[in-house]
Amino acid sequence: MLDESTVSRVEMDWSGPERLTMNMGPQHPSAHGVFRAIVTLEGETVVAVDAVIGYLHRCHEKLSETLTYAQYPSIASKTDYVAAMTSEFAYVLAAEEIGKIEVPKRAQYLRVICAELQRIASHLLWLGTWCMDMGGALGGGATIFLYCIRERELILDLFEALVGARLLYGFFQVGGTRYDIPDGWAQQCRETVDVIDSRVDEYQQMLEQNAFFLARAKGVGIVSRELAEDVGIAGPLLRGSGVNWDLRRTAPYSSYQDFDFRVPVETDGDCYARYRVRMAEFRQSIAIIRQALDKLPAGPISSRPALKSVAQIRIPKGEAYARVEGPRGEVGTYMIADGSAKPYRMKWRGASFSNLAILPHIIPGHKVADVVAIMGSVDPVFGEVDR
Amino acid sequence: MPSWLTLLIAPFIVLNVVIVMVTYVTLLERKFAARMQSRIGPYRVGPHGLLQPIADALKLMMKEDVVPTAADRRIYNLAPIVFLIPCMLIFATIPFAPGLGVADVNIGILFFLAVSAMEIVGLFMAGWGSNNKYALLSAMRAVNQIISYDLPFIFSALVPVLLAGSLKMSDIAAVQQGSLLKWFIFYPVIGQLAFIMFIVSTLAAENRVPFDILEAESELVAGFRVEYSGMKFALIQLGEYAHMIGSSFLGALLFLGAWSGPGPEYLGPIWFLLKAMFFFLVVTWIRWSFVRIRVDQILALSWKALLPATLGLLIMTAVVVVWRTSGIP
Repeated sequence: MLDESTVSRVEMDWSGPERLTMNMGPQHPSAHGVFRAIVTLEGETVVAVDAVIGYLHRCHEKLSETLTYAQYPSIASKTDYVAAMTSEFAYVLAAEEIGKIEVPKRAQYLRVICAELQRIASHLLWLGTWCMDMGGALGGGATIFLYCIRERELILDLFEALVGARLLYGFFQVGGTRYDIPDGWAQQCRETVDVIDSRVDEYQQMLEQNAFFLARAKGVGIVSRELAEDVGIAGPLLRGSGVNWDLRRTAPYSSYQDFDFRVPVETDGDCYARYRVRMAEFRQSIAIIRQALDKLPAGPISSRPALKSVAQIRIPKGEAYARVEGPRGEVGTYMIADGSAKPYRMKWRGASFSNLAILPHIIPGHKVADVVAIMGSVDPVFGEVDR
Repeated sequence: MPSWLTLLIAPFIVLNVVIVMVTYVTLLERKFAARMQSRIGPYRVGPHGLLQPIADALKLMMKEDVVPTAADRRIYNLAPIVFLIPCMLIFATIPFAPGLGVADVNIGILFFLAVSAMEIVGLFMAGWGSNNKYALLSAMRAVNQIISYDLPFIFSALVPVLLAGSLKMSDIAAVQQGSLLKWFIFYPVIGQLAFIMFIVSTLAAENRVPFDILEAESELVAGFRVEYSGMKFALIQLGEYAHMIGSSFLGALLFLGAWSGPGPEYLGPIWFLLKAMFFFLVVTWIRWSFVRIRVDQILALSWKALLPATLGLLIMTAVVVVWRTSGIP
């Protein structure tokens, strides 16, 4: 039970005799994990929403102090388990920045390939679950969901061939990557992105020519440019509101400046704009993967000797903030190293966490059905919110 | 056989046939949806999953029956039955072949439409009696939606009635016998429009996607039946599918010529069944390819578009019928 005094409620102008307070979550079919929204209803209209998080807290930041630089990337996967590669990426970048560790070109390209494949996989899962939120597990939403899962499976197969795991990878290592690509992997990867490229066309036809989908997505959950900047949301949400901000472009890391890609921006700020941004990102990610595979240089995959013990990597004293553009926005780690094999302190910046803050601003005034549509379009992953 | 005995036996047979059909229609729907979604569907119980519905029914019977402490016990327990009865009663006036039906009364269509609208009472009782917020919201939506869609449903069903000139179901079927072109769906313009509107309002009356806001499991978990378990849940499910099958038969009878088809006369009921299943699969096809729309959009669609359109169509049909029967060239 929550102490009533600690619960803040967003109150809006209202006068009338009847109001209904309803819990959506933490166990709810549309909660995308364990999220609790206390919504106050007037009939079907939501007048206030209060977000309660923390059901999935696993002490990730404290945990990082007890694990070495060699061990933690595999655990970093678990913060955002839908885009595991991204969290590992941010962690090793921070360690490399403090230790001034050079990363070989080949490793940088491999990192880019994996990060972009991960972005596609994450967006596929988002598209499926979002449509399921709007269309129901016993309806058209489930159809899209299963199509998306089918394609995501192809990417997981690629990761399995590369790392041996399908969900949490541990592919990144300080100084490079842990594995090189096996024989034939590049060809398989090319074929996979070709398949996904054609399937994304199918989804777009299926959804964008569907009057019911448009009726649910257009004009719903509008985030204005000012609001987006004030609240500090990131990723496709921010770009859906007309802000051209993508860390791959504004602060390139890991050789992103070598690739030719576009940053999709939409100005409407509604669920449909966010959908359009993510659909365009599929194409851009595919383009980046193709270029990276074409230009993949030969050479070592790590600037450091192969790991023989878990405490082998030592990072000199210092602190740094490293950030990457994850599928949901800016994922960052602030790390303080003290010269030992473990960080002294580490802080995660999860994109989902800051994106979630937009909900109380945009949900009031919408119908109950829109709550789940908006929540789905924000695409939160609760492993990353609570860490 | 004395006539009173027939009156007892016929409903008994029809009820049991409907229950068996409901169990297997669920399998049909699941298989069909699975193919649409590039899955296999139920496959483990029996060959090609053929025994799956029976396993499901057995499972539901063995489930614990939970009554929430805060529920209104009498209403909660009564609701599934109140819901099921009208859903079963609609089969009373459907003739499955010439002379083969429970009661082919001369106001058959009217009876069907009136009784099928009664299911709202059971729905609302279930939603109210559960004393659950999700269920209450769902019951509220149910009343909104069913009241809004009954009128277009009735109006579009009345178009074939006008064309046939009778409210008796066997008369409507009889008019469409003989050739394919006599089916009312092939009646120029009016037939096709009425068929489309009939399908849309059937979807809404049956609470199927894109109009399944009562169930809306991503918002209201399971809507009015969220607190039901075991056999009571099974009864609600049975009622829902029975209503759907009943509407499919009605659609096949009104627009697809009922039992007309090639071959000897005893194949009539088979043809009727196949057409009803075709109608059912069209509804299922729509269900598994659309997302659901919002409650305000549903009401707007009904009152602003469907109701005027069906009313206009009905008047147009009346004009056409009068014109064709009066002999004016």
